[in-house]
Order: sequence, then structure tokens, then C-alpha cells
Amino acid sequence: MSERRDLQIIGDLVPHGSRVLDLGCGNGELLAWLQRHKGCTGYGIEIDDANVLACVQRGVNVVQLNLEEGLALFDDQSFDVVLQIETLQHLRNAERMLHETVRVGRIGIVSFPNFAHWPNRVRVVGGRMPVTRALPYEWYDTPNIRVGTYADFEVLARKNGLQISDAFGLQDGRVVRTLPNLLASVAVFKFERS
Amino acid sequence: MASVGRVTPQTMHFDEPLPLRSGASLPSYSLVYETYGRLNAERSNAVLVCHALNASHHVAGVDERGATGWWDNLVGPGKPLDTERFFVIGVNNPGSCFGSTGPTHLNPATGKAWGADFPVVTVEDWVDAQVRLVERLGIPKLAAVLGGSLGGMQALSWAMRHPERLEHCIAVATAPNLSAQNIAFNEVARRAIVTDPDFHGGHFYEHGVVPKRGLRVARMIGHITYLSDDAMEAKFGRELRAAELGYSTQEIEFQIESYLRHQGDKFSAYFDANTYLLITRALDYFDPAREHGGKLAAAFAPARDKRFLVVSFTTDWRFSPARSREIVKALVDNRIAVSYAEIAAPHGHDAFLLEDPRYHQAMRAYFETVAARVGAVKTEAAHV
Repeated sequence: MSERRDLQIIGDLVPHGSRVLDLGCGNGELLAWLQRHKGCTGYGIEIDDANVLACVQRGVNVVQLNLEEGLALFDDQSFDVVLQIETLQHLRNAERMLHETVRVGRIGIVSFPNFAHWPNRVRVVGGRMPVTRALPYEWYDTPNIRVGTYADFEVLARKNGLQISDAFGLQDGRVVRTLPNLLASVAVFKFERS
Repeated sequence: MASVGRVTPQTMHFDEPLPLRSGASLPSYSLVYETYGRLNAERSNAVLVCHALNASHHVAGVDERGATGWWDNLVGPGKPLDTERFFVIGVNNPGSCFGSTGPTHLNPATGKAWGADFPVVTVEDWVDAQVRLVERLGIPKLAAVLGGSLGGMQALSWAMRHPERLEHCIAVATAPNLSAQNIAFNEVARRAIVTDPDFHGGHFYEHGVVPKRGLRVARMIGHITYLSDDAMEAKFGRELRAAELGYSTQEIEFQIESYLRHQGDKFSAYFDANTYLLITRALDYFDPAREHGGKLAAAFAPARDKRFLVVSFTTDWRFSPARSREIVKALVDNRIAVSYAEIAAPHGHDAFLLEDPRYHQAMRAYFETVAARVGAVKTEAAHV
């Protein structure tokens, strides 16, 4: 999620002054933005050395952890918001991480590449896996081990009793609320435990 | 990279007794310390470095004996803890054998060396002694307290006991208390010393002997625990000292034996046996959660508005990452600002003294944020 507009759109979903846990916080850009513009506090979780370093340089609290090992470090309902921005698709235990999200936080916000975006569909109909800006990898070297669609997440959320309070797509730095499963390369969901 | 250069230790004497956790007190005492860099006009750029088991106040630079400081790769001009920005203090703890009042010094009550009668000192006692030194140096608040291993315990204790006297706490390769396995290693080391016929109940000075055999074995077992299995395998493997097996149960066959014996010999020539007993006990006793019903988070509650950096090393089995995560959890439970780096270094516990680039980059980045917060600006090198 390098685009600044996307970052701001997702940041705007976070209530002012929230205590935030950012799972897979990358270089800490979003957390730094939330601290500066929305008076938020909290921690980022990162596994990558270079990203951990970038967070420390930014003055963002970062905890170096492997998310596959769960969130035992964090107590129930200890955060207002748990973010998983472009993280879920990298996790083997994606469903468990959703449970953990609503255990640890009041609100969960998830974004991931929408595999059903129309150019991806065209590629697949043509017999090839999609390689796009949102999914820039070849099938054999992709770190995205969980490819899903906007519509798939709605099903998973329902199955896990998550209450979706907002959902939209992102395309070229703009919010897509019309046919997001078809017209957006990124899916965004805001949810709570029902 | 540059060094702080030639350094001369200083001594500060304290006449007021130091009350100890045991209920006893140290009647009067001296602390030996070194400083590097310059204290700024606001007195806001001081960093205290706490030492681990067998180290001292000599953190950086080269002393009169030509010895390089134990954390010279981290502390100096342009180094991660940059002495062109920070005023760095290295202090030797009471009970040590490197200059501060310890078992080899005279007990004013008897006129003889303290020996085994030196009062038992704890991490908390050391921190209280350090507080007095920092006060005397005219520093109202430290920019940071930094330590690795046992030094990390002191840094944590500073934040818990004297939060108003520091801004940042940097705890490397440490633990919130020792595990049973750790205490067990310490006990083996202590028994090796105490059962050495030259120990004389800790009053061996009067007999003109040193329990070297015990110290050697103590150091050997300690040393094994500071290295990772992989590091030892890489360095020694099953390498033999001679071309052929000697079929001896007593002589050195393997290089690792030779190495351990060498380390033991070196150590027994300079380290005091009573100090070893005291310091390993201080390690055993450290357990800040104990007085809070075992709740570590409660122990950290006073440090609510402090900032922490916690660092561990993946191959450190003596102070494993899991122990550092306990510290991180206790801090997070208190909503305390903390960053945690888990460095994939191969060297085991010793990694905290080595120059792994990921480790040093993280330390450098953190100290830059410390400098920005406390207004520690770059000045010309105080030493060349």
C-alpha cells in the first residue's frame, strides 16, 4: 500500500485517539500518519528486519514478531483498532488471524488485493494468472499465499460472525462503492465482533 | 570507526551508607567510573551504561593498561551510541573486583579484607548506588540507561525504581528473571568455587592463595552458555588438537577443550572468586515481579511514560527471545512505548557484545530518536 491516498482513506476509518495495533505494519508509514494526524497510539508488528529498522527510524513503536505465531502478546480487547493492511494474503492462518483481530481489538480493518478485479478475471479467462499493479508477482514467486476476492471476504466474515460496518474497494486512490468486487483492485473491510 | 581514545577511570567516594535489599548496608563505598563525550549545557544528553557479569566501568576507548572497552564497538564518536552527541557514563558496581568497593577491599569494621563477609548486593542495590553517582555528576535526568544481560536487568530496574530519573530504557539480551536452568548453571559455578580447597570459606586472601580451579570451572561452564550450539560447531566442531587421538582421559584432545581451559585460565587470573559468587547471586535474585504477586506488568507500572527498546538474539538460549517477549508483554500491558527487535544472529548470548549490522543499525536508529527527543546535538569530538 504505497499510495498515499489509499493510506489516508484507510487512516480515515480509524477513530481519532484510537489505540491501534497494526499487524504487518511495514515501514510504519500508516502508524506514523495516524499518530500525527489522528492522535493515535499503539504498536506495529513486523517480521522483516529492514521494516523494523524503518519503524524505529520513524519513531514508531514496532514489535518484531512472526504473525503466524499468533497474538499471545496482546490481551483481549486491549486495542480500539487492529489493522491488517495488505497483510492477510501473506498469512497461512488467515482465518485464525481474523479471530485474533476481534479478540484483541474492538474494530478490525482489513485490506487485501481483490482477485476478482476485472483485469484479473480477463487474465484468468485468457488462461493465465494475473500480474497487475495490485498483484505484481508471478504465480511461482508470489508472497500472496491467500488469494481471495471482495465477495469471498464477505462470506468468510459471515462464517466467523463478524459484523461488517463498512466495506468498499480502492482503485487508483479512489473509493469504489459500486460493484467493488469487479471494479476495485483492493478490498477494504471494517468490522466488529457481532 | 573512531574510538574515544585514551580514557582514565575516575573514582567517586560516598560517605553515606548504602542501604541494601538484604537489610544490611554498605557503610561507605567508592565507585569507579569512566565518561565519554561532553555533558551538554542542558545536562540532557547523559547515557548510563550498566555492565554485565564480568565487565566493568571500562566501556569504551583504551585504558592505561592498553585494554579496549568491552562495548567499544557500540560506544564512540560516530558509533551507534555516538559520543559526539551523548555524554556516556560507564560505572563499576559495588561488589566488583575492578575498583569499586568490593570483597578485596578492607572492611572498616575489621580492618581486614571483606572477603566472603561482603554484604550480598542485588541489582536494585547497584541501581541505587548508580543513582547517587549520576546525582553527584549533576545530571537530573538521564537520556537513557542501557545494558545487556545482567546490565539489561539494571536498565529495567532503573525504569521501575527511578522512572523520574530517565527518559529511555534500552535492555538487550536480558530477562525479567532467571529460569531454573539459569540458576542451575550459576549454582554449578558457585559450587566449583566454594568447594575449591583454596577458597577457605571466602577468606583466601589471608592465606595468600586464589581458588583458581573453582574459578576456571565456573568460567568454563559460563562460557558454554554464552555461545550457541551452532557458533561452537562452526568455531571448533570436533577439531582435534593433535593429528592423532591420544587415548587419554586427562589430556586435551579436542580444540573446544583447549579453548575452554584457556578461557578458564585467563579468567581465574583476574577475577575475584567472592565477586563471582556475589554477581551470580544478584542475577539469581533479580525478579521484579516477585513483590507484585508474580505480575511483571505491575512492576513496570511506575514506568508508564518512559520509552523502551528491547533487543534479543534468536540463538541466545541463556536469555532467550521468549524472555524478552515477556518484558515486551509487560510493557504493552501498561501501554508503554516500546520497540522490540529480535535479531537473527548466530552467536548466542555473546551476540550482544558483537557487531551484527542489523543489531547495530537498530541501536543507532533508536539512539537517533533518543537524541532528537532530549536535544542531544552533534558537537566536535571531545576525544580524538
